[in-house]
Amino acid sequence: MLDVYIERIRSAHEHNTPLIIEGCGSKAFYGNPDEGEVLSTRKFTGVIDYQPKELVLTARAGTSLAEIEALLAEQNQMLAFEPPHFGGPATLGGSIAAGLSGPRRPYAGAARDFVLGVRMIDGIGQPLRFGGQVIKNVAGYDVSRLMVGALGTLGLITEISLKVLPKPAAETTLQFELDEATAIGKMNQWAGQPLPLSATSWHAGLLTVRLSGAASAVQSAQAKLGGEAVKDAASFWQRLRDQTTPFFDTRSSTSRQSLWRLAVKPTAPPLTVSNRLGGDAQWIEWGGAVRWLVSDRPAATLREAARAAGGHATLFRGDTPADGVFTPLAPALLTLHRNLKQRFDPRGIFNHGRLVPEF
Amino acid sequence: MLSPTFLSKLRSLLPPHCVLNEREDLLPFESDGLAAYRNTPDVVVLPENEAQVAAIMRLCHQHKVAVVARGAGTGLAAGAIPGDGAVLLVLAKLNRIKAIDPLARTAVVEPGVRNLAISEAVAQHNLYYAPDPSSQIACSIGGNVAENSGGVHCLKYGLTVHNILKLRAWTIDGQLLEIGSDALDAPGYDLLALLTGSEGMLAVITEVTVKLLPRPERAQVVLAAFDDVAKAGAAVGNIIAAGVIPAGLEMMDRLAIQAAEAFVHAGYPLDCEALLLCEVDGVNEEVSADIYTVRQVLEASGAIEVRTAESEEQRLRFWAGRKAAFPAVGRLSPDYYCMDGTIPRAQLPHVLKRISEMSTEYGLAVANVFHAGDGNLHPLILFDANQPGELAKAEAFGGKILELCVEVGGTITGEHGVGLEKINQMCVQFATPELTRFHEVKAAFDPDKLLNPGKAVPELHRCAEWGAMHIHGGQLPHPELPRF
Repeated sequence: MLDVYIERIRSAHEHNTPLIIEGCGSKAFYGNPDEGEVLSTRKFTGVIDYQPKELVLTARAGTSLAEIEALLAEQNQMLAFEPPHFGGPATLGGSIAAGLSGPRRPYAGAARDFVLGVRMIDGIGQPLRFGGQVIKNVAGYDVSRLMVGALGTLGLITEISLKVLPKPAAETTLQFELDEATAIGKMNQWAGQPLPLSATSWHAGLLTVRLSGAASAVQSAQAKLGGEAVKDAASFWQRLRDQTTPFFDTRSSTSRQSLWRLAVKPTAPPLTVSNRLGGDAQWIEWGGAVRWLVSDRPAATLREAARAAGGHATLFRGDTPADGVFTPLAPALLTLHRNLKQRFDPRGIFNHGRLVPEF
Repeated sequence: MLSPTFLSKLRSLLPPHCVLNEREDLLPFESDGLAAYRNTPDVVVLPENEAQVAAIMRLCHQHKVAVVARGAGTGLAAGAIPGDGAVLLVLAKLNRIKAIDPLARTAVVEPGVRNLAISEAVAQHNLYYAPDPSSQIACSIGGNVAENSGGVHCLKYGLTVHNILKLRAWTIDGQLLEIGSDALDAPGYDLLALLTGSEGMLAVITEVTVKLLPRPERAQVVLAAFDDVAKAGAAVGNIIAAGVIPAGLEMMDRLAIQAAEAFVHAGYPLDCEALLLCEVDGVNEEVSADIYTVRQVLEASGAIEVRTAESEEQRLRFWAGRKAAFPAVGRLSPDYYCMDGTIPRAQLPHVLKRISEMSTEYGLAVANVFHAGDGNLHPLILFDANQPGELAKAEAFGGKILELCVEVGGTITGEHGVGLEKINQMCVQFATPELTRFHEVKAAFDPDKLLNPGKAVPELHRCAEWGAMHIHGGQLPHPELPRF
């Protein structure tokens, strides 16, 4: 199978054939639109190695998250970055290439934090191996992490080694009726205290907080924080992770509003740029560090709001703005991106324009 | 040699006291923490602000002069040794803590700020900076980023790469890079990860925004003695399989235990082959639950003695032995050479057995200190540099240990970096296509190879030459390379 990929990529390199790397397509909406022949990882599946005592799992790119999570669950372990499935049979390769993480991210780490090594094929069809299967490794540049979130533009990831973690013994989710500014304040104050936080959300006047850890620790934190215990909390966090709650569904809207992801400094005060027609226009996650907005304001307005709040804005779902879905890079950074792309994929065959419109 | 024209231009960029090129002023900069490697720099510059750093970079770029960045000089891989004709750029004077934001849990610091100084400065807010390399009292955060430094608490709290948010860095042609953001991510490639651990080869850092964590409510340590290193190694895996992620999980072998006990009288049991220190931290109730589990697992794993530190004073005493292990071993021998490989933990008994065999073969004793939680092994090779040939023997032995780490699926460096020291072993860990990509990553930032030349990634001809001397199992490494 690997040989088939290598052959296909060498041929694409030779003939300048653009390729679109795809797992199951659950994140096809993410990034700038690209065109080309589909190079699917879907059949390149299987967990190659899983050592619960080493906290390390290695799997082929096309392996579904569901399969990996089920295998981990048998040993009471998990992918701590809670990768979104977006309602599809999301693959590990796609999750790592997209670099997206779920509700646990601010408290446990992002996808990139758990990647220990990758095998990949670059744009000339050269198979490569970076990193490894150990937690501490500083030999050579960290190309494995460079691949996370690169949206396949530097190469086809074929195999990934990840650090996994034990599942918490107990989890409780609490809810508090609070206005936005107070909720942002609470999320940040609590994150600065030794509390077993593992997820936070604010939407429509409700702050929702998940606590994870030893049963006694969760109980004690609950006593400290108060709030109302939420029933069916697992489903609440899963719907938020996969964006299957109605809030995130902007496609059915006739008003052509877009879903924007504003990543900001977690303490940034409430943003005033959302303007959903009817209904609540904002969902806050990640301890205040992500503000999902439904808005039809111009990209420049939202980007300026995010910049002023210490971060950046991404059009998540909707019509691609003229300058692309991601915040354009500063000139010095753009040069480096161009140079790196040139070195890994000299003819620009992989996912053309998906990350940076120019290449 | 640097030209007088260049030197006079360099002097014009900085106040007189910030440029050193008298021999007696240069000597303190001839080596870093790995004293076996020395080279007197041609010139040392100590800029006092970011603008001066940028100006130095531009001048060096214009004159095609190499730049070697240095922080506190505590590195252990000869990564900050200046080559001939290079400018040694010492960032120690950029040592201001520029901002602390207790609510957002971040600090903005200059590269010369000491690792421990960050935690001290934010202690009033009940926060701290987690990565704690053993040199934390002296090492600087800029160096930590350059090396992706770790420490005792990596398994739970990660390395430097997991604990920083944003960098200001300068390319060799004097362009400012603002990498990362005040949010938890940034658009584009993860250059924050790429720069972390890049050993001064890609850019020079002038500002770091670090993440701060709330101080754990409580920390408690359990000590366990074993009559067999294999049992101790298995106990480590069993603790993790029981669902506990210890804050620190350290192992010492017999020689290290004896040396540490003789030095600091930590009260360690002496009639054992291996000692584990397992610290758990966090919320009070979590610690109680974890200590209970850890004790049960240790006993079930065949520990001959298990002790829980009952007071903060006792906890510190348990740690004192481990923390003094290096100097303690130093008392046994005129010199020691500290290695830094990482292995999958399950390989520990095999690796220790092989190290012990090699120790006999080379006639040099070894004490093993092991960050057991994350598989990072620090064998300390005892030798006497005054005996002709012993240093070379120690280096050869050390090289063999690193190759063994690669052989069992690990890496030649867990936290010290490659520098000059392990550059040959990079040829063992990586094949030509990967090394070629590393050179291309370098070229994407620094096509003229002016930043820290000759470190971290070996030139391919070097691997060919070195490989010719190290034929393993009849197989020549890098067979595709021309040899002369």
